[in-house]
Amino acid sequence: MSNLKRLFALFGKYRKSIMIACILLIIETSFELIIPSMMADLIDNGVAYGDVSYMLRKGGEMAICAILALITGLTYAKFAARAAYGWGASIREAEYRKLQTYDFANIDRFETSSLVTRMTGDITVMQNMINNGLRPLVRSPVMLILGLIFSFSMNAKLALVFLVLVPVLGMGLFVIVRHVAPMYSVLQRTVDSLNSVVEENLRAIRTVKAFVRGEYEEEKFGVVNTGLQAVATKTNRTAVLNLPLFQSIMYICVLSLMFFGGTMVISGELQVGELTGFLSYVMQVLNSMMMLSNVFLLLTRSIASAERIGTVLCEEPTLKEKKDPAAEIPSSSVEFCSVSFKYSANAKEETLHDINLRIEPGTTVGIIGGTGSGKTTLVQLIDRLYDVDEGSVLVGGIDVRDYSLRTLRDGVAMVLQKNLLFSGSIRDNLRWGDKDADDSAILQACEKAGALEFIRRFPQGLDTDLGQGGVNVSGGQKQRLCIARALLKNPRIMIFDDSTSAVDSATEKGIRESLKRLDGVTKIFIAQRISTVIDADCIFILDDGRLVSSGTHRELMETSPIYREIYDSQMKGGML
Amino acid sequence: MPRMVSARKPKNLLYTLKRLLSYMGRHSLSLLFVAAMVIISVLCNLLGTYMISPIIDSIVDGGGMDALVKGVSFTAFIYIIGVLAAFGYSQVMNISSQKIVYDIRKDLFSHMQTLPLSFFDTHQHGDVMSYYTNDVDTISDALSNSFSAVIKNGFQIVGTMAMLLVLNWRLSLIVAISYACMFLYVRYSARHSKKYYTRYQNSLASLDGYIQEMVAGQKVIKVFNHEDENIKGFEEKNSDLQAMGTAAQSYASTMIPAVVSISFITYTIVSLCGGFMVLSSLTTLGALASYLVFVRQAAAPINQFTQQSNFLLSSLAGAERIFEMIDRKSEVDEGTVTCEKSADGWAWRDGEKTIPLKGDVRFNDVVFSYEENHQVLKGVTLYAKPGQKIAFVGSTGAGKTTITNLINRFYDVDSGEILFDGIDVKRIRKDALRKSLGIVLQDTHLFTGTIRENIRYGRLDASDSDVEEAAKIANADSFIRRLPSGYDTMVVSDGSNLSSGQRQLIAIARAAVADPPVLILDEATSSIDTRTEDLIEKGMDRLMEGRTVFVIAHRLSTVRNANAIMVLEGGSIIERGDHDELMALKGRYYSLYTGMFELS
Repeated sequence: MSNLKRLFALFGKYRKSIMIACILLIIETSFELIIPSMMADLIDNGVAYGDVSYMLRKGGEMAICAILALITGLTYAKFAARAAYGWGASIREAEYRKLQTYDFANIDRFETSSLVTRMTGDITVMQNMINNGLRPLVRSPVMLILGLIFSFSMNAKLALVFLVLVPVLGMGLFVIVRHVAPMYSVLQRTVDSLNSVVEENLRAIRTVKAFVRGEYEEEKFGVVNTGLQAVATKTNRTAVLNLPLFQSIMYICVLSLMFFGGTMVISGELQVGELTGFLSYVMQVLNSMMMLSNVFLLLTRSIASAERIGTVLCEEPTLKEKKDPAAEIPSSSVEFCSVSFKYSANAKEETLHDINLRIEPGTTVGIIGGTGSGKTTLVQLIDRLYDVDEGSVLVGGIDVRDYSLRTLRDGVAMVLQKNLLFSGSIRDNLRWGDKDADDSAILQACEKAGALEFIRRFPQGLDTDLGQGGVNVSGGQKQRLCIARALLKNPRIMIFDDSTSAVDSATEKGIRESLKRLDGVTKIFIAQRISTVIDADCIFILDDGRLVSSGTHRELMETSPIYREIYDSQMKGGML
Repeated sequence: MPRMVSARKPKNLLYTLKRLLSYMGRHSLSLLFVAAMVIISVLCNLLGTYMISPIIDSIVDGGGMDALVKGVSFTAFIYIIGVLAAFGYSQVMNISSQKIVYDIRKDLFSHMQTLPLSFFDTHQHGDVMSYYTNDVDTISDALSNSFSAVIKNGFQIVGTMAMLLVLNWRLSLIVAISYACMFLYVRYSARHSKKYYTRYQNSLASLDGYIQEMVAGQKVIKVFNHEDENIKGFEEKNSDLQAMGTAAQSYASTMIPAVVSISFITYTIVSLCGGFMVLSSLTTLGALASYLVFVRQAAAPINQFTQQSNFLLSSLAGAERIFEMIDRKSEVDEGTVTCEKSADGWAWRDGEKTIPLKGDVRFNDVVFSYEENHQVLKGVTLYAKPGQKIAFVGSTGAGKTTITNLINRFYDVDSGEILFDGIDVKRIRKDALRKSLGIVLQDTHLFTGTIRENIRYGRLDASDSDVEEAAKIANADSFIRRLPSGYDTMVVSDGSNLSSGQRQLIAIARAAVADPPVLILDEATSSIDTRTEDLIEKGMDRLMEGRTVFVIAHRLSTVRNANAIMVLEGGSIIERGDHDELMALKGRYYSLYTGMFELS
């Protein structure tokens, strides 16, 4: 419920729309109750006495009321729609904005597909709550209250029956809702698992087709599909109980009134006309409450969705920014002082252990080590994508935690191992580095990154559409575009996390040459190929989260057996 | 790629409805039961209400407590039947609607498996996911909410109309006209709102795609401080979606108030006309009063009917998208030649003829383009004799991957032909062709499940020992055994708990267990430490033994061992020969090999 409350707060400027919609609904409902009584007047006082002018006057009044009801109704439609979709858009934006504040550690906690549902499907559920729920939700209480007032004024004794049964109904509904609400969470999890099978299939469609595994995939889907069917059937089985429950209460109500009313008629306490009039009111009220019961189900579902949205909104970024951060990076040196790090507090082993190293401004360094030795983790600390557990990382002599994230990340360009391009043209993508870059600046960066050669071959040049995730270019081309994108930032420090692995060695050599000419920029290469780092000013070797040796190629060949082993095996195998 | 938005004509609505009904037809017995129960429940409700007046009459006539108890018990009996019927139909409807949605999801997924690769290359994953997440959902909602309501209200409308006609046909003309007005309005606003609903669903899909892409790239966004621009792009799509949704709902929401108001106006007119009829003695006051009660009742079902149409509309828009997808053309497979594996090895079966599968592959003047006017392969001719290793070398984008895409017919050639043991690949059934070709892709995608299951993906009937044998060939056995649960270790979210080198080893094992006569290898070299690299190399070498192999090569050792090396540039083969010949040529290969190839 607290989640719903948080979401209601997001109505913002649409709060007015929703209020107006509610007021209009109340007015419309009152018309609905007034018009029949006007009709009774028309018949009883007009037709019965043959008073034509009275008839016409009442008829006119009724027509005016009907037209007023139409106008309120149509206006309501507008305001309600505006409120529902405005609200949906606000929630979505709040979620998306929140997501932008997430740090790597936060992002690691969510699956992509579940984040997408939290921003689409779950919000549709919230919108539908307004679209389909608001009308009965406002009308029913109005009807109930007016109905209670009318029935009490008619016969207080009979109205007691009413008063007893309404809470019983409320209890029944409450029990169902209480029971169903947790089942909807289970249902949603089942839906998620079905979605992840579809997503996996889409991602690996080449493998599926190459191995002719369509039928196998169908079977796999069949299993989750059947599971979903079973869970959904089970959940709704309880949920739809509200209909017979409601009818039962309503019928008991009518029967009791008939019985008690009948007894009263027999004992002469009640007129026949009063009883029928009373019953018709009761029916009207109960009918409108019937609609309300559907709303409760809608609400139950939305609570599950609200919870999922709430989780996104509640997640707090793990990195805290300092109040008065350093405004600029004074130099491009990097220093690690006794740094230890692990990804989660529960992890048994540290990913990095007591790292001490210093990288001088403007130098080129290489980092080498086996898979899982902590290379990527190490460089991610420079850009403060994660915070150290112990020790400190200094950039330009200042602790990275003393910069604002923006200053730090503008100064440190990082070409991630799993780098991505986005839908849109090459130009759009490269401008991520510098949004004001003109074509000549972009082309210059491309040239340095070895990308110019293939961009020139594309008939549309910089306007070439890359497709989602950059599917329209090959892996090597993608990597070069990513490097160009990073170059456009004009950074003080550049980190390449195995960024040229899919580029052929000839092209790679060209890229390295042009990077060498970047004066004053500290370049850090993580590499598998020794050839990438062979002429670096310093090479660091990591093993199992520890810095085991460092030095130039020549020094390491003499001092480090690990390095020599790697060198020998690569020279023997060779790479193209 | 922009989403395909086809022009929608009103007849599509009928078509969509027809398709939906055909799904419902599979459960016609259950649905008939639901319909019968709905009608019983409505009848019981009406009858119970009707009972009020005879009971009162009997008391007034002096029946006393006896008559009252009798009457109330009888009504209670009717109501019990009504409640039971309601219980019955709501439960059965729940079961049936879940079955229907199950069928739709199943067909959707099955059909998706038959679509050509170009579909997946040109559609955003988020867009496709939206069929499963948004569209199927709305259909399910509509089925469970609307089907019984439509029957219930339809029955009530017909019943009330009949009663009205019997009571006073003259006044009923007015009511009929008013019904017609309501109907016309509902149709008008439905048409308009459906138009916007379709656009709404399309914007939703496009936003879905955007979020999907951006969320997947969230880390890059952080690294580039690109949050604000990203939000800007999002806001554009978000407000577009909001506008479409508001427009669609504005139309849809007017239905109920409009119908209610029309019914009030009818009520007014009928009262007035009825009054005049009473005055001119065409009817009596009592008859008019009871007639008016019915007129008033008539409004309620129409009211609910229109309310349900909201659900129906959005679900029809979703259904339309789903059926559009199901109607999409499947991958064409005009092939008839099959292949089989017997004790004497693999063989093609072409009608009566049996041709041994040797692995002789020829390209004759193959031209291919993904998009018009942009040729990726410009007349490639090459051959591989059985057991030969053909290595493709060349800069990225030269067309290496495209060649492999054509061999297994992910795409079809524009002109020229590809022959497999002398048979045009177009004549070979795709499943047979692909079964005979093993493939190790550059990006290894793993599935949720155990490592054992992932390897077995190559051959589903492989025994545990086959799987382990294949892992040994691929050099994956030792690392797998060192994992906490060995072969039963779960692979989660695309293998994020394994290193990329380990994922590649599993992919090699997957190909090894399939044991195909021809192999396509797209060597990946990214992010692998030397020791793993060494394992992969040996694994690949063992896998290649005795097979025809096409390899997109990055390793010198692979190239050196190849029987023929094709150097590709700009979609053509510019040099071919073995290592020594090409070195002697001192051309592009020579400069690539010696690392002297500089950027042009």
